[in-house]
Amino acid sequence: MITAMPSKPVPEPTPESRPYWQGLAEGRLVLQRCADCGRVRHYPRPLCDACHSFAADWVEASGAATLHSWTVAHHPYHPAFRAELPYVLATADLAEGVRLVAQLRGAAVLRLGLPLRIGFEPAGEGLVLPVLRPAG
Amino acid sequence: MTLGGKAAVTGIGETDYTRDAGGRGVLTLQLEASLAAIADAGLRPAEIDGIVMPIGLGATVAEDFVTNLGIPDLRFSTTTPLGGAGAVAAVQCAAAAVAAGLCRHVLLPLGRTGRTGSRIGARIHQMPQFRTVGEFEAPVGALAPAQYYAPMARRHMELFGTTSRQLAEIAVTTRQHAILNGNATMTAPMTIEDHQASRMIADPLRLLDCSLESDGAAAVVVSKADAAGDLRQPRVLLTGLAEGHPDSPSTITQRPDMTRLGLAKAAPRAFAMAGVTPADIDVAEIYDCFTYIVLCQLEDLGFCGKGEGGAFVEGGALGLGGRLPVNTHGGLLSQSHMAGMNHVVELVRQLRGQAGRAQVADAEVGLVTGYGDLGDGTIAIMARA
Repeated sequence: MITAMPSKPVPEPTPESRPYWQGLAEGRLVLQRCADCGRVRHYPRPLCDACHSFAADWVEASGAATLHSWTVAHHPYHPAFRAELPYVLATADLAEGVRLVAQLRGAAVLRLGLPLRIGFEPAGEGLVLPVLRPAG
Repeated sequence: MTLGGKAAVTGIGETDYTRDAGGRGVLTLQLEASLAAIADAGLRPAEIDGIVMPIGLGATVAEDFVTNLGIPDLRFSTTTPLGGAGAVAAVQCAAAAVAAGLCRHVLLPLGRTGRTGSRIGARIHQMPQFRTVGEFEAPVGALAPAQYYAPMARRHMELFGTTSRQLAEIAVTTRQHAILNGNATMTAPMTIEDHQASRMIADPLRLLDCSLESDGAAAVVVSKADAAGDLRQPRVLLTGLAEGHPDSPSTITQRPDMTRLGLAKAAPRAFAMAGVTPADIDVAEIYDCFTYIVLCQLEDLGFCGKGEGGAFVEGGALGLGGRLPVNTHGGLLSQSHMAGMNHVVELVRQLRGQAGRAQVADAEVGLVTGYGDLGDGTIAIMARA
């Protein structure tokens, strides 16, 4: 007998977000940048809200971040994440001025401003997710 | 022209609130509540000429009500798909419609099988406002409202020293009110220690910081103010109405200040329209999907400064006889999760003097708020007139 395990939610990339997911698959965190005014924006979307340009290119993030806030997930909202509980979901300020949500591993103490580094973890079927760890 | 004072809530209705509606579907529940609200107003179903459907999850449509209620001439219908802000948004929309002369008596039905139907972790990802977080945050394990909202509460705690025991004050007071209500799901007394001992869901939010999953329905009728005087009940005028959206409304993650909700933009507009200040409010029904969301809204409404909500709620301040009686029906936390339509019903009941054992003495002016994913805010200020 095969017991079906519901799989984790996978992203359905849009034309705007495909380079973001492709970058992660290559082990790089890339951020969308307005090709006209230079403003970095996240999450990927069609239009720059500062100058209303549709033109965008991509810039690789430095990987430096700090902890903006967090939660520790205890309740199994999805069976595919049950084995990982409890896990820390961190909201991180990136050096580029936008934020990222990722699981944070290996932090003994959580506090606002904690220096973090961005890493990458394969999540199966070609999907790579960002992961955060304490810097240094 | 101002919208304030042009419309009134003339009818209120509710089903029994349970965790299992016993096989009654969403439409049946909505029709039960609708018939109760129409009768409460002293109207016949055929006199309803407008319908606004809050939430907009698509379970039922205005046509269902025309068909079942035998409405001969529906002149206005729309939806207000703002999640938990949708009920109060529907009140604003209905008030605007009657003030503009499009119709005279608008029915606002809200019902759900939130407990016996689909549950929250699956349900939200069918809602378009969760599309962005669904793509970028769900894959890393951020899947449900508790997990999206907990970082707001955590940051508030870190910046301002807010504590879990202060959140517990909100849960405990709300439970006390539910016990007085007579139509509430949760009726066992709760202490701060009970709250502190409840299991962690998404730190810092514990089980007793979270609202219920419920079956049931609530409905109200909004009428043109000059029609309301002919009807059965004491007149409750809509004096201030507003909607506000936070910066970065599609994701809390990217919000410049994640301790400030859309209500912070809406509240000053509503108070100005009504010509009152927070000091004039006798009773407040505040959307309470989570305890922290109540605390944050108290600040955004101006009852205290940003960061002062924790101290504000201490010592039973939100109870009957307290500084500001809040959620006198038991709210989403302990009465039923009717997405805030039960809050609208309760405010009307308070201002009519029909709130029974939970009646706030001499309640003349009150407010009700809505909070929708991921931070949209709505507010209605009402006055006995």
